[in-house]
Amino acid sequence: MKRVLPLVIIVALAFVPLLDRNASHISAYADTGGLVLLAFGLNIIVGYTGLLALGFAAFFAIGAYTYAFLASPQFGIHLNFWPMIGVSAAVAGLFGLVLGAPTLRLRGDYLAIVTLGFGEIVPQVLQNLDKWTGGPDGIAGIDQPRLFGFGFGFNPVPYYYLYLAIILVSLWLLNNLRHSRIGRSWMAIREDELAAAHMGINTTTAKLAAFSLGAAFAGVAGVLFAAKLSTVSPSGFDFNTSVMILAALVLGGMGNLPGVITGAVIIGLLNFLILPQATNWVQTLGQQMHIAVLASVDLNQYRFLVYGIILVTVMLFRPEGLIPSATRRAELHAEASSGAPAQADG
Amino acid sequence: MPEIHQFFQQLINGIALGGMYALIALGYTMVYGIVELINFAHGDVYTLGSYFSLSILALIPLSRYTGGWQLWLIASCVIVLAALLCGIVGVLIERLAYRRLRNAPRLAPLITAIGVSLILENLMQIWKGTSEVPFPQFLPGGLGVPDNVFVVAGVGIHERALIVVVVSILAMLALNLLVFRTKLGTAMRATAQDRDAAQLMGININGTIAWTFFIGAALAGVAGFISGIYYGTTFFLNGYQAGLKAFTAAVLGGIGNITGAMLGGFLIGIVEAMTSQYISDQWTSVVVFSILILILVFRPSGLLGEQVPEKV
Repeated sequence: MKRVLPLVIIVALAFVPLLDRNASHISAYADTGGLVLLAFGLNIIVGYTGLLALGFAAFFAIGAYTYAFLASPQFGIHLNFWPMIGVSAAVAGLFGLVLGAPTLRLRGDYLAIVTLGFGEIVPQVLQNLDKWTGGPDGIAGIDQPRLFGFGFGFNPVPYYYLYLAIILVSLWLLNNLRHSRIGRSWMAIREDELAAAHMGINTTTAKLAAFSLGAAFAGVAGVLFAAKLSTVSPSGFDFNTSVMILAALVLGGMGNLPGVITGAVIIGLLNFLILPQATNWVQTLGQQMHIAVLASVDLNQYRFLVYGIILVTVMLFRPEGLIPSATRRAELHAEASSGAPAQADG
Repeated sequence: MPEIHQFFQQLINGIALGGMYALIALGYTMVYGIVELINFAHGDVYTLGSYFSLSILALIPLSRYTGGWQLWLIASCVIVLAALLCGIVGVLIERLAYRRLRNAPRLAPLITAIGVSLILENLMQIWKGTSEVPFPQFLPGGLGVPDNVFVVAGVGIHERALIVVVVSILAMLALNLLVFRTKLGTAMRATAQDRDAAQLMGININGTIAWTFFIGAALAGVAGFISGIYYGTTFFLNGYQAGLKAFTAAVLGGIGNITGAMLGGFLIGIVEAMTSQYISDQWTSVVVFSILILILVFRPSGLLGEQVPEKV
């Protein structure tokens, strides 16, 4: 059953675009896929290694702009999409290293604030350097991928499959990584950094690896985002985006891949499909019944209220998330005081 | 000649701005000092302060008064009320969202704080809408009266800037008295130093922490009022950036250190004013947050703070 269920889900997901012919739905599913990738990246940093990074959207921005610079009329450079996935991942990963190297020795909440500051700086810089980045309007006309002569264009279906494929590859990668030497080092650091260091783990290297690998995932998500939309602008990468990714992680269950996917899918569908749809329904209802309040309602405004409520209630009542890993649950429900590690080795 | 005037002009703007940052920074630093939590929602309590002031002022027929002591009386009452309401909100936040997590891993309350911040922002958005809200600038001369400008050696000083500076300094003096001269202040400092030992000495820990939140939030409420007077407008998202900058001020001064937060607040205000004068308005946030990162990397204890090793 444990092996069959994922297969069933994958096959079902592959059939979704055949069953649901609505392009805007498929587009929402594809964007949800983007959120899953981002959540994978943040999960390496926050979920596995226990480092809180608050400005994660900055790496997403770096990936998207890297592709936008190298595959658009902005500088007249038009590099091929496929290798650019790797290039943007590397660039974002490099920024992760550059930011991480001096800051990772900071205590947990300071690190959160440094990354938050970085997350504020990156979109501001992108906005201010308008000679290169197009300022607040961003860069338009970004090249869209082609595969064997078939152009993706603005049709959401190929992007949906692209996201699905990349998510599957990432899952395989992350699953192996988690049980590898570095993956176990990450979790040891999360549980007790001092003890991990005493066991001979080079905590600096491990944390740096987590940071840059997580950033690289955001870089990949950035390329796909830029290609699908064919345009990027700084406003799409602000603190709100970082919060959305964090909310997905918190809701689903940090450090556990099924949990992360669940959280990202719930938040993604809520954000890209349910709230816009519900807004439409309420507005139509309002127009038909001549209720002005309903006709002009915009539920999308309230999504951050929803994320806020999710963050608070999950942290208070189920800090391990909807689908936690066993170790994480044990850690969070330890009766020991002030962050002492759980005695879950019995 | 005008060059140097420009400089002093910006220095004064910076000090006014810094007074507000200092007031907000005090709340961050006190709360961090006592429960080691970056109270992310604190910036939004500051905005809430201006929203409360605004709503109270709407009940008063301001246009009837032109100058005189009545205006100052109204202002003082509104400040006290706004501070009180903000203080209550601060205590409620602590009670409902943070207290349960006091002994949880440190990421948990921080994530909760971000959630509380989002909730507050959205409630304010529902309350007053998504656009900027005008704030009645009734000080010092009455509604619709432009404020006086004193010219000292060629440098214009706006009366409103003066009000901001005076009010923030008064509030800080009051806080200093409270923290260093009263029993509650002693209890707060003891709890910050060692919670368990303080409890053994008969200090009511929960009460002291609640009071700390109350005082920090009340100061943010005062800052919210004077920012309304100074800018003449307020906005539900103001607290995010202002809060982050005030947090930078607290870190710059040495987090947990009350004098440091005041110093840091004025420094950040001046840096921001100078950046907008000599570099460009749009780079102020980048400069301030770069300072934040640099301070945390090179001198995490700040200017006046002590080196605190991470507790194991």
